[in-house]
This record gives sequence, structure tokens and C-alpha cells, in this order.
Amino acid sequence: MKVVIMGCGRVGARLASLLEQDGNDVTIIDIDSYSFRRLSPDFKGTALIGNGIDEDVLRSAGIEEAGAFVALTQGDNRNIMASQIAKHIFNVPRAVCRIYDPLRRDMYEELGLETVSPTTVFAQILREKLESQGE
Amino acid sequence: MYVIVVGGGRVGYYLAKALLDEGHEVLILEKSAAVATVVSDELGSICVRGDGCESTTLASVGTNRADMLIAVTGDDEDNLVSCQVAKHMFGVPRTVARIRNPKNEAIFKKLGIDVTINTTNLILESIEEEVPTHTLIHLRDIRDKGLEIVEVKIPPDAPTIGKPVKELSLPEGSVLSLIIRKARRPIVPSGATILQAEDQIIAVTAHESEEALRAALSGE
Repeated sequence: MKVVIMGCGRVGARLASLLEQDGNDVTIIDIDSYSFRRLSPDFKGTALIGNGIDEDVLRSAGIEEAGAFVALTQGDNRNIMASQIAKHIFNVPRAVCRIYDPLRRDMYEELGLETVSPTTVFAQILREKLESQGE
Repeated sequence: MYVIVVGGGRVGYYLAKALLDEGHEVLILEKSAAVATVVSDELGSICVRGDGCESTTLASVGTNRADMLIAVTGDDEDNLVSCQVAKHMFGVPRTVARIRNPKNEAIFKKLGIDVTINTTNLILESIEEEVPTHTLIHLRDIRDKGLEIVEVKIPPDAPTIGKPVKELSLPEGSVLSLIIRKARRPIVPSGATILQAEDQIIAVTAHESEEALRAALSGE
């Protein structure tokens, strides 16, 4: 499957390697070429410099043939906008989006985006960890 | 009307000021504390510091009773999310977003924003109007109809000068609405109207016929 990832931070770079190991064709986009240093040295996919909320950049990343799109920049709104472009303009079958703000996440989940809120997930994990050790 | 303006920069500030002058109830949401203080000092207590994309902030300023939300921050994505949250969580009837990347106009429409204001294109159009070498000037789009109003100036050496309008091979769907001549009143052209040098013609045309219309009028 062709996968386009927007945002080459720690999570983006790691996800790119994992998906590639599973045999996917991965393209990762970031506005800063310096971010690509995080990619594993044996990453064989494409690293593309550009803004993922720009239609033309997404097109050159191969979004039209992509089976999945993942938005992982630091900006919730950027992730939301890019995922909506992927889903509604390019009809990508799966658009997954990181949204830190839990309330915004709930709303966009209702509107049909596949979302993950690290805030909610991480707080939950920490709570379980702390409470289990306390017992 | 109760209008919420998201973004207290130059655009937001002067917009709020104009809306206040028209007698509307206005509230500005501004993320930066420093900017919010300046706006409050100058316009009174109509500015709240907060993120206009966050539903808790929007709830605290009574967005559910707002008639309109206008998002004019410098970032297209923030304006998009602000309008979407206002619409879907608070049922605001009309949302307006400022856009910087002209390509986002169609995207925003598709994603449910009622009105988009494309500042980059507005500036471009104004520049075109001021550049005399352009024979065709884009004046205005007619929303959702694929039509536009343009102005064509007949060049002083155009082969069409002296010809009646009915002899021009105007593209299908283009209509000449008005001819403005120096020192004269505007006239509504008929088939018999003779073109003169320096005539300014106001016409309605389809986007795709723009070039054909220009060619037909200037005789190229």
C-alpha cells in the first residue's frame, strides 16, 4: 500500500520505518529538510520537502494513489486541514490525524476523520501505571 | 447582530472597529496576550484572550448565540478549524474565513465554510487594475455561477475600432453590459453601437471564455 505521512518528527519518522518494514511504499513530507535526519539510515522511501496543507505538495507526494494518509505535525489545525483535504478532495480511503486537543478530537471524529489524541491516550497510560504501582 | 472575530491582528482590529461603528455587538478572540491587551486598550473591553479554535473558549464567549463568526488570523488552517468548530458545535449560521493560499478557496467551500475571502487574489486583482498594459481586467466573480465581470479596454490601434458590436465574434455566453467613454455617460451597447478607441467595456463572461472575449474585442 502507498502511504503518505505528513510531519517527520519522532513519531512520523518511526512510523515511516515501521510501515516500510511491513512492505508499504512510504512518502514522508516535512517543511524542514533538517527533520529528515530523524529517518532511519536504511529508509528507502521518499522524503519530500513541502507544506502538507498545500494541494500541489500532496499531489506530488502521490496522494492520488495513496491508500492511507497520516497527519503528524505539531499543529492540530494543520493536521485536521491536511486530513480533510486527503479524505474529501483526494478520496484517500484512510486519513488518520493526530489531534492533541481532546475536545477538537471528539468533534472531528464525529465528522468522519480517524483521529488519535495523544493527550487522552497518554494520560490514561500514566494513570494506569501510577495506580497499579500504588496497590 | 452578534459577530465573533477570531484574530486581533490588523485585519481583525479594523474589521471589529467597522462592525462596531455599524452598531453590531462584536467580540474579538486573540491568542496572544500582548495583542489582546493592545486591542482592549484601544477598542474597550471587547477583546478576550483565547484560542478561537478551542470549543471551551468559544463556549465561554457565548458562541451559540452568535449570528456570524469571521476568522481572520494569518493561518488558513486556523481559520478553517475555527469556522468548522463554530458551525458544528455551536450552530453558528454564517462562517467567514480569510484565506491566503488562493488554492484553498475551493477546498474551504467543500469543507462547509460559507464565505471565503481570498486576500492574496484581492491584492493581485488590484495590482492588475493598476497595470495599464493589461487589456482585460478581472473585476469580480459571480459566486457559484462560473461567471465573472471583466473590463476590457479597446487599444488605440485595435482593428475592431469603427466596427459595430454585432460584427464582433464574441464567445458564446459573453455579454457586453456597458461601454464607458471619455467625458461621456456610460452607454448600454446595442448591436449597432460602433466601437471607439479607448472604450472601456464592462462585460460578463464565463471563466473559460475570458481570453476569447479579450481577443474578439481587441481584434487580435
